[in-house]
Amino acid sequence: MSFSTVISGAMEGLRVELIRVEADVSNGLPVFHMVGYLSSEVKEASERVRTAIRNSGYSFPAKRTVINLAPATMRKRGASFDLPIAAAILVSLGEIDAVRVKDTLLIGELSLDGQVRKVPGILPVVMEAKKAGTGCCIVPAENAREAALVDGMKIAGVRNLRDTVDFLNGRKEIGFCTGRTDGMSRSASEENDFSQVRGQESVRRAAELAVAGGHNLLMIGPPGSGKTMTAKCIAGILPPLTEEESMEITKIYSVVGLLDEKEPLIRRRPFRSVHHTATKAALIGGGLIPRPGEISLAHGGVLFLDELPEFRKGVLEVLRQPLESHSIQLSRTCGNYSFPADFMLVAAMNPCPCGCYPDMERCTCTPAQIQAYIGRVSQAFLDRIDLCAESSRIGFEDLTGSRTAECSASIRDRVCRAREIQSQRYKGKIRTNSMLSGEDLKKYCELDQKGRNLMETAFTVMKMSARAYYRILRVARTAADLAGEEKIREEHLREAIGYRMVDRKYWGRQQT
Amino acid sequence: MMKEEKRNKVKYELWLAELRISSRKKCLLRQHMKTAENVYYIEETEISEIGFLTETEKNTIRHAQKEKKPGEEYEKMCEKGIRFIPFFDGEYPGRLLELQDFPYALYVKGRLPDQESKKAAIVGARRCTPYGEKYAVEFGKILAGCGIEIISGLARGIDGMGQRGALMGGGRTFAVLGSGADVCYPREHIGLYVDILNQGGGILSEYPPGTPPLPQNFPPRNRIISGLSDAVLVMEAREKSGSLITADLALEQGRDVYALPGPVNSELSIGCNRLIQQGAGLLLDPESLLNEWNFNVSGRTGKEDKNKKMLETTEKLVYSCLGLYPKNVDRLVEETKLGAGELLNILVSLELQGYIREISKNYYIKVK
Repeated sequence: MSFSTVISGAMEGLRVELIRVEADVSNGLPVFHMVGYLSSEVKEASERVRTAIRNSGYSFPAKRTVINLAPATMRKRGASFDLPIAAAILVSLGEIDAVRVKDTLLIGELSLDGQVRKVPGILPVVMEAKKAGTGCCIVPAENAREAALVDGMKIAGVRNLRDTVDFLNGRKEIGFCTGRTDGMSRSASEENDFSQVRGQESVRRAAELAVAGGHNLLMIGPPGSGKTMTAKCIAGILPPLTEEESMEITKIYSVVGLLDEKEPLIRRRPFRSVHHTATKAALIGGGLIPRPGEISLAHGGVLFLDELPEFRKGVLEVLRQPLESHSIQLSRTCGNYSFPADFMLVAAMNPCPCGCYPDMERCTCTPAQIQAYIGRVSQAFLDRIDLCAESSRIGFEDLTGSRTAECSASIRDRVCRAREIQSQRYKGKIRTNSMLSGEDLKKYCELDQKGRNLMETAFTVMKMSARAYYRILRVARTAADLAGEEKIREEHLREAIGYRMVDRKYWGRQQT
Repeated sequence: MMKEEKRNKVKYELWLAELRISSRKKCLLRQHMKTAENVYYIEETEISEIGFLTETEKNTIRHAQKEKKPGEEYEKMCEKGIRFIPFFDGEYPGRLLELQDFPYALYVKGRLPDQESKKAAIVGARRCTPYGEKYAVEFGKILAGCGIEIISGLARGIDGMGQRGALMGGGRTFAVLGSGADVCYPREHIGLYVDILNQGGGILSEYPPGTPPLPQNFPPRNRIISGLSDAVLVMEAREKSGSLITADLALEQGRDVYALPGPVNSELSIGCNRLIQQGAGLLLDPESLLNEWNFNVSGRTGKEDKNKKMLETTEKLVYSCLGLYPKNVDRLVEETKLGAGELLNILVSLELQGYIREISKNYYIKVK
């Protein structure tokens, strides 16, 4: 039989398209032709495949060989087509029984000696294969665990081309890995625990509020006051991942090739710390065929931006839309791509260029310098941050004292309870208090007379804007949920006011 | 129609006020020409006939006629809420007219000092000690609490502290600037600047709006500070100090001068001690000063004031931990042993009642 076809898969953004790899070996001039809108790395497969076939002990006849990757309208990239191409040729040559490959998806890169190498993006491809009703997937052995995360799919992890052929012909048994090896138990040891954070009472509480209500948080404090440490701990007090979320995150990490070979399933909420030299594309995702950026890698977890004013102008502005819509849409000439980006933003900054303000004995900055420094972050961006807390210089007492602080686990318990209350209240319409807006805000954040009076005074005394007012209501709702109260009370409002976003107009001006 | 007419009149007055010749000459010129409008449209032949102007002054007028169109500033001034009060205006403080070189006009943001009530100036060094700071605040607070209006220059150090004290005492205070009334100098006193206006005080200047704080503007403004006041209180001054110039001017103008005594070896008290030696009034405490001025001080002392504050016990505890130096929440947690949540609740409550103020994120100072 000279014509044959096998199934493989290709990634485009986070979308998977199943690809039919067709091979035709016929008499004619001995050429090796590959068609199907291929990028150069796919075209190079011809050399790898021919050599690998020969080095695996099969003869490669001097015939006219044509390979087609369908659908031909879609651009194919990457080296993951090596294995299916080789398999298709071997079927045409009669080395593999055509019936055996009918219900099988193949994916993998070949080395010249016939070894099968791992490729990124296995998980989404296998998921798509399952949807299409494919019965079995042959993947590189290194990717087998990752592929096995898809329930009810037979996965064969192969080490080399020879094994693949033997397996397909039924001459060799490869233990199918199916399902998951262990449950969804959270890994016991978190690297960063709040019990290690010394002092910082106000930041701790702010972090708890932020996580409980899904609010974004800004920490202001001098260098070395433990802002990064706190941010890392925040990932640990987020509620545990559900299986669904876990798969979604793992899928994203699979696409960018960041999965651990042995423990592919991501069970911990991601913590992504972005350096302030990051570009727009690095943050939101980019490329001709976009690759997920940091905000998608932080999906379901924490995106930490240290030294907020040091980020280049405009870079922060691209975050505004994903912060609202919890996903990012990238438009290219070849199509639109949507990546999930539901992250909690934790930002940190110094109060002034030297970091010591308002300690006037230490601070060497002029008011104008402080204003300019703060002015680098746009108001529109700050408007999307509900909570702001000061992280203070760590004192000697805190360093040496034996006082132990509350650990992440007990904070997480409270957070989970508050989140539970929210999901019952909103019944799937929205998830957290931070998403409250318009009518819902009025409905769920009703104030009693005392509360209204308090807010009225605060509104005039602190010269609040409407936006600031709503932010306070949302945070107060979270404070009430944390306390298990149905109604927002004065103390919740006061706490929310205490953690309100600083007003740039008055910030950095010493008030004598 | 009336408005339009007034606007037309004022714009020529403004033009004349901004002419860079001395106040005295401007007054003479206006008398000579009857109205400011006439001065603007003065003919070349008329200028050269005026005897009391020097050639340079005449050139200044000619230049201004060509270069500066009247009315440009008026709109901007109105937008900024600055009023223009020339010497012949009924609102112009009568006390200033007693001066030999009274300012031709005042630009005022907010209010002018009350003509009837007693006024005291609190002046002193910019770089002062905590001692001077403390008493500047105390005198400001108690005098203002008794309805005395505090006049000063919004400068760093004693000036600002005295005015802050006056605000704490719930009184009115007025700042005389060496820049335009819309220019806050030093910049970091913007909070004070705003509070003065909010509490019914005023910002005064003899310079047109937008004038930068030029060094040469400051000595002349001292004559306005002392001129507006009944008494000048010098809190701290070096041997050669601008505050002593103010004190000298005050004596020339026939105002009372008081000085706060200090240690004989303190650089910053030499000026004050010397003033006392020369016969200035001795400042022991605000109460005796008030007695001297026949103010009723019974029941107006600071201690009773504190009891009047309707604060809860925990609020008092937190309030007592705060001072004029900023403290953050974590420090307060340590000192009060309260939880962060509860503490923040109290801080916001105190802030809303106006006792304290958040000067940077979660850093608080006492204001009352």
